[in-house]
Amino acid sequence: MLPVALGISAWGLMTGVAMVKSGMSVFEAVAMTLLVYAGSSQLASIPLLVAGAPAWVVLATAFCVNLRFVVFSLHLRPYLIHLPRWRRLTHGYLTADMSYAVFTGRYPQPAATPAEQREQEAYLTGGYFVTWTAWMVMSLIGVALANIIPQAWGLGFAGVLSLVGILCSMATSRLRVVAAWIAGATAVAAYALPLKMNIVVAIGVAVLLCFWIEKGFVPDPAAEDEQ
Amino acid sequence: MNTASMQWGVTDGWTLLVIVGLAGVTVLTRCFFFILDRPWGLPDWAQRALHYAPIAAMAGVVIPEILITDGHLITTWRDPRLYAALVGGAYYFWRRGVLGTMVAGMAVYLPLHLGLGW
Repeated sequence: MLPVALGISAWGLMTGVAMVKSGMSVFEAVAMTLLVYAGSSQLASIPLLVAGAPAWVVLATAFCVNLRFVVFSLHLRPYLIHLPRWRRLTHGYLTADMSYAVFTGRYPQPAATPAEQREQEAYLTGGYFVTWTAWMVMSLIGVALANIIPQAWGLGFAGVLSLVGILCSMATSRLRVVAAWIAGATAVAAYALPLKMNIVVAIGVAVLLCFWIEKGFVPDPAAEDEQ
Repeated sequence: MNTASMQWGVTDGWTLLVIVGLAGVTVLTRCFFFILDRPWGLPDWAQRALHYAPIAAMAGVVIPEILITDGHLITTWRDPRLYAALVGGAYYFWRRGVLGTMVAGMAVYLPLHLGLGW
């Protein structure tokens, strides 16, 4: 858990600095940190908020950036479904990428007995307590530090670079790489569209073109996912 | 605007509402398949879209942040963002780490931006 907590701390610190340096007010950055608790969707939505994009474009973009969690939630369902709904939702909300990876790495199978269920719930809770605390403390320190760092240093770009890293981590198949290039080129070409619609258009064009490539040129899309 | 408001920035009620909405998006996506008690699945097309939409959304946000200045595609090679992103991406595929990607990229960005004034 220690290397995980150290990684989360550094990434939280940087996200705190980058939020303020990208144009959020301190209060907005603190509210975002405490409520949203999802670094990639926080950093991805800031350029849209600063540009004055309509709420639905910001929320739709964050939803798409967060779609990996939808896949995780399908995996976590058998681990959590025996619990009352409010407890499932609390566990789900607080289980981010690293907590999910550590938990499912430790418990490859869902619990079979009530004692095992309690053990797994305790492990999950302990894990996300560590990551949540590390993230929150360091993000808030980052927000405070941002105030004494000159804007001219350009540290807001650290947020973009973190997104570059997440983007690379999502490139797990050849078709996903194709989707990224199509979406990137479309978002640049359609940049003049109002309301940051270029991102919505980019997602739509990339998904539809990949469907078409998949249907026409890839005999076994499921095998392609394993590339 | 006095010094204090410059440091704290201007808070906007609409932005705060969107932030609350973003928190809702976090809950919705992280809990997606265990909000309801009964089991259910997505239609096939939505399953396939799950493969491409996340990376497309990320690329749609990130690539313009690297290539666009003042609403236009950059026409110069003297832009530190290009080299920082390339080095960051290369680092990721070498060592696999989001944090290292950021550090390696900033190690290129800051000298070019602050040292050469690009």
